[in-house]
Amino acid sequence: MEIPHTVTPRPDTGLYNAKLAIWLFLASEVMLFGGLFSAYAFLRMGADDGYWPHGLLDVPVGTLNTILLIISSVCVVLAWASLKMRRWKQYQAFLGAAVVLGTVFLVIKLSYEWNDKFHHFGTFIKKDKWAEYDKYLGNDYLAKKGLAPRPEITGHLHEVEVEVAPENKAQLDALIQKRGLEISKSEEGGKTLSIKVKAPSDAEALRNEPGVKIEAFEMALDEIYTDPTNPKYDRPGFWKRHLSEQVATIHADDLDSWSAFVPKHSSFLAIYYAITGLHGLHILGGLVMFIYFLFFDRALYLRNPEHMANRIEVVGLYWHFVDLVWIFVFPVFYLL
Amino acid sequence: MATAATTHSPDHGHGHDDHHDLGFWQKYVFSQDHKVIGIQYGITGLAFLFLGFCLMMLMRWQLAHPGLPVPSFLGPMLQKVFPAIFANDQNGHPGMLTADGYNILGAMHGTIMVFFGVVPVAVAAFGNYVMPLQVGAPDMAFPKLNMASYWTFFVSCVIMLSSFFVAGGPAKSGWTSYPPLSVISDSGPNVHPFFNGQTIWLLGMVFNITGSLLGSINTIATCIQLRAPGMTWMRLPFFCWTQLVTAFLLLLAFPPLEAAGFMQLMDRAFGTSFFIPTGLMVGGHLTHWSGGGSPLLWQHLFWFLAHPEVYVLILPAIGIVGEVIANNTRKPLYGYKAMVGAIFVLGFLSFVVWAHHMYMTGMGAKVSSFFQTTTVMISIPSVILVTALLLSLWGGAIRFTVPMLFATTFLPMFGIGGLTGIPLAFNSTDLYLHDTYYVIGHFHYVVAPGTIFALFAGVYYWYPKACGRMMNDTLGKLHFWFSIVFINGIFFPMFIQGIAGVHRRWYDGGVSYEQIIKPVLHWNNFMSASAFLLGATQLIFIFNFFYSIFRGRKVPNDNPWDATTLEWDTPTPPGHGNFTKPITVYRGPYEYSVPGADKDFTPQSEPPKSDKPAAAPTPALAH
Repeated sequence: MEIPHTVTPRPDTGLYNAKLAIWLFLASEVMLFGGLFSAYAFLRMGADDGYWPHGLLDVPVGTLNTILLIISSVCVVLAWASLKMRRWKQYQAFLGAAVVLGTVFLVIKLSYEWNDKFHHFGTFIKKDKWAEYDKYLGNDYLAKKGLAPRPEITGHLHEVEVEVAPENKAQLDALIQKRGLEISKSEEGGKTLSIKVKAPSDAEALRNEPGVKIEAFEMALDEIYTDPTNPKYDRPGFWKRHLSEQVATIHADDLDSWSAFVPKHSSFLAIYYAITGLHGLHILGGLVMFIYFLFFDRALYLRNPEHMANRIEVVGLYWHFVDLVWIFVFPVFYLL
Repeated sequence: MATAATTHSPDHGHGHDDHHDLGFWQKYVFSQDHKVIGIQYGITGLAFLFLGFCLMMLMRWQLAHPGLPVPSFLGPMLQKVFPAIFANDQNGHPGMLTADGYNILGAMHGTIMVFFGVVPVAVAAFGNYVMPLQVGAPDMAFPKLNMASYWTFFVSCVIMLSSFFVAGGPAKSGWTSYPPLSVISDSGPNVHPFFNGQTIWLLGMVFNITGSLLGSINTIATCIQLRAPGMTWMRLPFFCWTQLVTAFLLLLAFPPLEAAGFMQLMDRAFGTSFFIPTGLMVGGHLTHWSGGGSPLLWQHLFWFLAHPEVYVLILPAIGIVGEVIANNTRKPLYGYKAMVGAIFVLGFLSFVVWAHHMYMTGMGAKVSSFFQTTTVMISIPSVILVTALLLSLWGGAIRFTVPMLFATTFLPMFGIGGLTGIPLAFNSTDLYLHDTYYVIGHFHYVVAPGTIFALFAGVYYWYPKACGRMMNDTLGKLHFWFSIVFINGIFFPMFIQGIAGVHRRWYDGGVSYEQIIKPVLHWNNFMSASAFLLGATQLIFIFNFFYSIFRGRKVPNDNPWDATTLEWDTPTPPGHGNFTKPITVYRGPYEYSVPGADKDFTPQSEPPKSDKPAAAPTPALAH
């Protein structure tokens, strides 16, 4: 016996099998992302005042990505409609456009947004040291205005000052050689070194090096920290903040923690990477299916075009869902 | 998988339209036939049940004889294979369970029993084999997806088992994997950053959950879309209803745990702080995590799955019991409609009771009161189900076949498990009983003599359909009577110990707290002896299971139990595509002993006699 209702709808439910299944799958996806978004709410509610960053992400780029996804969703609907009208060429054009738009979304996400963060650097100042760094943080000013404090100084890491035990000197030199770093200053017979780093990952390598103690960081500040009492920084703005020329020295002993803007940096970045990462995987999965239907499923179209149209309808429902998740991600991470 | 092959006799010569001959691999291993997949799930699940039971026997040895090596050749052998779990005792004899090893066995016993044993058998095996037959479908709605879900599950099994052989041993933070303990465990200089117990546990769970999700989509789609003509909702056998609701629970409750699993993986692999609070100290040192996370977040996400999971364990069992009771009392189920309603209410309420596992976390009196109220409410549909099954026995001409023995025993055992849960539902009494052996006794009564007995009933009941031979009756009765005695010998003393205050995580069985619990300490010996005897009893079942494949009594016809539901309309064993003729359903699922009928059962597919009008839409109630 053949399995019924693979293509034609069952009269009493009005659905063919795959359409029911994709709605069920999307229900479980709602719960999957629901779990992650509830984690977001939980972490944000539990964060200390000022420790949940605002305006960290690039809103114009996020807006662009939102528009790309919405247009791609429209393209998928048009591709489905083209199949319903049995216009294969038109179908290929629309689905091809969706593939291109989805790919551009992913490229922006990974090579621009994520990559930029991997090279950005942040240091959380201990609460009892805030006064010493107030010219960067402006917490006195913020307290007077009743605004949340800034516990963190961010920017681009230039140099790391380290103290090395004599017996570990050779090993450190080997590491510097291996990573192609440059020593800008050497004092006390090589006991205290200033090392020019290329990326924050070099600082991580130094942290893990035995016998090496990081003393201080020299970093170019994000513009907000050069003029922290300027009222234009009281609220997050639309345009991305630029990096300034001003360099500050921050002592490692004054810090709770420091790292690049990688997942472990803060709860915000952890959940940001978790949700956008999982969303990116869904985009990737959708693209793989699109490419299969675009180039490898013509035989089915010739044999049973209605079945082919159903497939695009089902994958389209999935794509709209992934789009919808982004419609939640965008305000929750970029705007709120 | 060789065993799966042997339980499935050749299916030629039944006239089904299996056009192309499949090779051995496609027929028995990478099969898309729901029945083969069901048997694969069944064999894998039963093997894991036995493995989980063996882990428990090692724990019970330690509890009864703290610090004594496992006897005879077993101790040295186990220590050689699992150096992370066993060590030399103080006299230098090998094979003593270490404290870490005890935690490992506890964690893996829970994980294996729930996620790799009971759910695969109750949901995946019976759901796959029986449900499509009962609704009159030729197969599951998506055969390839079905195969994919089994093999995803299989990969998760391999991953989980591989953790026994990595440095540091498998996960040791309980089957609940509460952080921060689970995040900091299996880390440090001596273990691999990735191939360590806890990380592998998380990875295994992610695969297990994925397989489960695929399977549940398939189950729901099959049950809704592939019902045979005439199979209206109120003619659906009760077992199919339980599978449908169970699949919804799996579909909606598992994803948050999958999300939580990803997050814990990130905490372990990338150093994030989803579940790590600010300023966590371990061994006097500040940890490297940035902090800002919440251990309670994990507990919420975990129990949001794990409480519905309890009903995932119990609903298919009730479904099996319903089928067996209706068949063996030769009368319809009492209150079929009320039972269907009850499982829907149960399914819905199971999503809003999870935090009753968290009364001790200090989440606040208001939250606790809410969950206390919903937890008490959920006992109402449970009582409806048990009462309806009990009343189904009333006035029946009961045939005490082996499946019926297990099914009737389910009722009082599940009753004990349910009633002992009520003190745990209330905040005030739970504060005292929390984490004692009372809790262990409570949920084991639900799952072991409850669910697992129902699974045995199901195996004995549907075995003739799958194999064409009956399981041996005498061996079955021996298996039943020894099992019922010994299983109560294990679990009943747990209530006594628990009320006296014995904590569930004491590695020495409470010897170091002897002054407090002396009056109940001696039960440890009794319980452990019962456990070993129960283990020995299961050998009867294993022997019977394989012996009957070859030597069992051949079934006299396709319907050896004189049953009414559609699975007995198929050839024995059913071929690929199941039914040899188009199936139409004319009546409700349990038309037993209908007055005026010429025999005491009327199959669902039997057309009404021409001079009578068609049966009423809900004939199950027409008595």
